[in-house]
Amino acid sequence: MGMDEAQTLVADAASRIFRDLGDPQTINAAGDDSWREPLWSALEEAGLTTAWVTDELGGAGAGIGSGFAVLRVAGEYAASLPLAETLIAGWLLEMGGIMLPGGAMSVAPMKSGDSISLNADGTLSGSARAVSFAADVDHLAVLAGDTVALVATADCGCSEGRNMAGEARNNIDFSGVTPLQTAPVRPGIDAQALSLMGAAARSMQMAGALQTVLEIAVQYAEERVAFGRPIGKFQAVQHNLARLGEEAAAAIAIASSTAYTVEHLEDWSSAGVFLEIASAKIRVGEAAGEGAAIGHQAFGAIGFTKEHILHRFVQRLWSWRDDFDNEAVWAAELGCRVGAMGSEGLWHALTAA
Amino acid sequence: MSVAIQFDPIRLPPEAEALRVEVRQFLKEEIAAGTFSGRGDRRPNPEFSRKVGEKGWIGITWPKKYGGQERSFLERYVINEEFLIAGAPTRKHFTADRQSGPVLMKYASEEIKQDILPRITRGEVSFCIGMSEPDSGSDLFAAKTKAERTDDGWLINGRKLWTSLAHESDYMIGLFRTSPPTQENRRHGLSQFLVDMKLPGISTQPVLHPNGNHEFNEVTFDNALLPHDYLMGEVDMAWKQATSELAYERSGSERFLETCEVLFELVDFIGENPDVREAEGLGRLVAQLHTLRRMSISVAGMLHAGKEPVLEASVVKDLGTVWEQALPSVARDLAAFIDRDPGNRLRFEEVLAHGITIAPKLTIQGGTTEVLRGIVARGLGLR
Repeated sequence: MGMDEAQTLVADAASRIFRDLGDPQTINAAGDDSWREPLWSALEEAGLTTAWVTDELGGAGAGIGSGFAVLRVAGEYAASLPLAETLIAGWLLEMGGIMLPGGAMSVAPMKSGDSISLNADGTLSGSARAVSFAADVDHLAVLAGDTVALVATADCGCSEGRNMAGEARNNIDFSGVTPLQTAPVRPGIDAQALSLMGAAARSMQMAGALQTVLEIAVQYAEERVAFGRPIGKFQAVQHNLARLGEEAAAAIAIASSTAYTVEHLEDWSSAGVFLEIASAKIRVGEAAGEGAAIGHQAFGAIGFTKEHILHRFVQRLWSWRDDFDNEAVWAAELGCRVGAMGSEGLWHALTAA
Repeated sequence: MSVAIQFDPIRLPPEAEALRVEVRQFLKEEIAAGTFSGRGDRRPNPEFSRKVGEKGWIGITWPKKYGGQERSFLERYVINEEFLIAGAPTRKHFTADRQSGPVLMKYASEEIKQDILPRITRGEVSFCIGMSEPDSGSDLFAAKTKAERTDDGWLINGRKLWTSLAHESDYMIGLFRTSPPTQENRRHGLSQFLVDMKLPGISTQPVLHPNGNHEFNEVTFDNALLPHDYLMGEVDMAWKQATSELAYERSGSERFLETCEVLFELVDFIGENPDVREAEGLGRLVAQLHTLRRMSISVAGMLHAGKEPVLEASVVKDLGTVWEQALPSVARDLAAFIDRDPGNRLRFEEVLAHGITIAPKLTIQGGTTEVLRGIVARGLGLR
């Protein structure tokens, strides 16, 4: 029940592209943005940026599972691109039957509590906080109540803002903006479904990034000699890295399970889907914090420099935890639901998920 | 990926979920009939094991000719987790079902298999595991208790320690020294044996938990004579035989559900409208538990598919036991400001105290945290 053949092919294609054009070492050494355009173009040409959109609407139609496989690889390379955003925006537009405008996109809202609505005169009201990569993309896919709207970013108020990795995180003001296109959203898709989709995507990116932190930390521990032997020979270091391995394993396990759930789900409002995806965002977020800390400890001082690639992973792990609501917000909502279901209901929910 | 830790998304098959309905119904009826009183009932209960045997749920994966049902390991998984959640008193048959039966299946003579396996499936006999000794705990290969081949059988002399439930067991699967370790391989020289606990020369002394509970024992062998065919597998080669056994032993639900009654009582103690602090705490615990369960089922799926996920099983046991060990303390914090009594305050306090009391042993039994992290580090290529 792992990845099927098509997903493996897509993941392999993504790995080749990132290896050739998105190598963290090369990007880190370059210190500029020259890598960005060739990498994005290659991903676009391979259809990987539109995996979640059918070909009738201008996408590659690779399917949900394949899209998640791409996101895992993107996480493994700590890709600083609006790839998850473009995938999710495409998925949302598809839910309204809106043709892809082409190019990179982002999506709003990304935080629970933000709401956007469509007025009778065809303009939008409302705002969205911390929309990732908004300032870098031409189009936003917006869920306004039960309407999907395609919006030109240039038409909106867009604040300055960056996350810990230096990537655009902008507050967007939609008031008075006339969308390029609107359509009723498919029944069953609401703000929570969008939030769940985003949480599942970020969980997979974090799992991928943790996997690489683990790999480079283990490799470093085998090579770096101190006190006359590789530091990986010291039991204290071994046990730290074992803990990192376990956190990465937990993240990969629940993120993969969540991708499977999204691929096969029939009803976004089902209790099991919420339990699965909320658990992933919470547990992977916890693993990200723990894993980043252990990774840094393993590398010592060299890991705490701009010249080393570790920060590319760690800063994104820290930031991705906050996108589509952080683990505390998800936990509080999950805990409320658990309280309402009682102990017997909880076990039934866990086994039915 | 150079680091080969694998957790595929696995879902339990429909036949396992169908069995779950049956198991829940059975447990409800047995609680109603007073066979046991639900979570928190910790008394030995041979009657319960006999009834589980009647259902065909002990040794469910074993061949029919030995009393089994030839059903899948994933169905066994469901029975195990439902029993754990209900607090079902399985101690009479648990060890035999999980690991001793499978050892007999693999290594015992046909005569022994015919004799003992059907009795296990009927819930009539119980097993203990004789591994640790006074000078050999985590370092299993330091075991000294000797088995000498004589014309009349194997002569056993020495002591086993920390042997759980030896005082209630009919048989032991014991690890005894048949040769000294070799220069090249310090794991060489140990053999696995079936032991009939009623044989002359075997005596059992209790070693009590700090709270007075009797689980551990010291078992002394003073010229106990085992029949020749009680040797399980190859002489001196026990170290090679234990690998897949460990994956079964370390990845099951019992490695994270041991204190789960604390969580369930906490949920009901907090009630329908948790405040934000309680809700966040509950949400995190449930997310962690759900993730552990997904990982455990993933390992079960790999075992079912004939793989030997020893590394993954060690990951589950370390994460799981550390989690279940911390759970009572987390619950204690979350409940600290509750001044109402929704009806289970006493019960919550009782299971909380029990959970805190047993927590320290959870990361020691069946492979300590330190041993497990060593295995994971080796899996990462560091040793």
